Amino acid sequence: MDYVTGLRCRECARAYPAEALHVCDFCFGPLEVVYDYERLRAELSREQIAAGPHTIWRYAPLLPVADPVPIDLGAGFTPLVRADRLAAELGLGELWIKNDTVNPSGSFKDRVVSVALTKARQLGFKVAACASTGNLANSVAAHAARAGMVSVVFIPHDLETAKVVTTAVYGGHVVAVEGTYDDVNRLCAELASDRPDWAFVNVNVRTYYAEGSKTLAFEVAEQLGWQAPDHVVVPVASGSQLTKVAKGFAELHQVGLLDEEPHVRVSGAQAEGCAPVARAFLDGADAIRPVRPATIAKSLAIGNPADGWYALQAVRRSGGALAAVSDDEIVEGIKLLARTEGIFAETAGGVTIATLARLAAQGVVRADERVVAYVTGHGLKTVEALAGTVGPSATIAPTLEAFASAVELESGLGHRS
Amino acid sequence: MSVTVRIPTQLRTLTGGAGELALEGTSVGEVLKALDAAHPGMADRLFDEAGGLRRFVNVFVDEEDVRFLSGLETPLSEGQTVSIVPAVAGG
Repeated sequence: MDYVTGLRCRECARAYPAEALHVCDFCFGPLEVVYDYERLRAELSREQIAAGPHTIWRYAPLLPVADPVPIDLGAGFTPLVRADRLAAELGLGELWIKNDTVNPSGSFKDRVVSVALTKARQLGFKVAACASTGNLANSVAAHAARAGMVSVVFIPHDLETAKVVTTAVYGGHVVAVEGTYDDVNRLCAELASDRPDWAFVNVNVRTYYAEGSKTLAFEVAEQLGWQAPDHVVVPVASGSQLTKVAKGFAELHQVGLLDEEPHVRVSGAQAEGCAPVARAFLDGADAIRPVRPATIAKSLAIGNPADGWYALQAVRRSGGALAAVSDDEIVEGIKLLARTEGIFAETAGGVTIATLARLAAQGVVRADERVVAYVTGHGLKTVEALAGTVGPSATIAPTLEAFASAVELESGLGHRS
Repeated sequence: MSVTVRIPTQLRTLTGGAGELALEGTSVGEVLKALDAAHPGMADRLFDEAGGLRRFVNVFVDEEDVRFLSGLETPLSEGQTVSIVPAVAGG
């Protein structure tokens, strides 16, 4: 038995039943899941959550589907790592990295897909589909394989090789579309009308899918001893993840799991080559103008972000900021995180770290704050981005002499004596 | 000038289930007005109080988002396709 009472339009508040609906018939606003918060407050406890599985499903009462055996590869409950060496480089104090690179298919998308496909199966769908910049494709193909569902994933034709291989290996249908992600998205939005019996996780099942990202907030709060951080930095593509992270902290307080009302400043990270939300923030604008993406951060390359407006509101309301960083800064961000903390992130993680560095330098993210940066995809997915910037320190003949003349470590570390 | 207008599922209750219509107009705005005249209630769903497209309504002429063109003023030529598409989440 779940705690869902129905769906509601975020714009005009019209009510809908908890079915495969994602858009308000009247105003096209996105639909949101409505929970019985009173009952959650009365029935849900920290102890109950602590006794649950080490996955997102420990928060099942706060997710939009109840199933004793969800479609699960073990998404979530990823490490929250104290990052003192990175903090020292950036002049920050208490900094944590939410290391979501270690999810089963290597990105946070496993959280949303596990929720979306479990709900889709409950609604009777047999086919799992999505429009993807890569990470979602990986995750849908993997979870569909696990569940014995047919998968059809649509990706832009110019994705990183690794993201194509790590999708196709699961044996589903992979359709490369000659166009940008926004073209893929639009194709899928139209296809969803023609194939109502397919579960497009980010189209007709989007309402449920998006809720999975709340677990990024739930876990951080639990891992900090049921406290909210002061400031989070979250990458922004469609804006859904950032919006749901903000919602997650608020919801924990609403159901009584956080004693104090959280005041989490939420900041967003975008790449210069695709920064429609950061641009609106920096210009003080309300409308988000779509852009044509041109960035190495392909997993964030959404030029027409569906939840961009909500992400912008969440950032402004919380006293956070948005920044847009260059491709060079993204590569530096990947290397900085790897060098200081031993975590290898994909380009989106580089965007997050570079934005964190920018906002720290500007004094927006402060040394007296407890800060969490969300690193949401694994570096092995986007090794192309580092081509020519890292490699062997030296290539030598297999002799002691060759080594001695080629490699010089920091003083005191170089020689046995 | 006759163009094809593609209707998403959410609006097909107003078109008697039709997903494609042939309509007349020389601009996107004119065609959408013709759509409302033929199927009353469309304008309420597509336009905000100021007469612009609602935030979550995307309109394409062939493959191009009208926000990259001239919005509702975008001119149309014979045989083009105007698609109304709701926004989609990230991927």
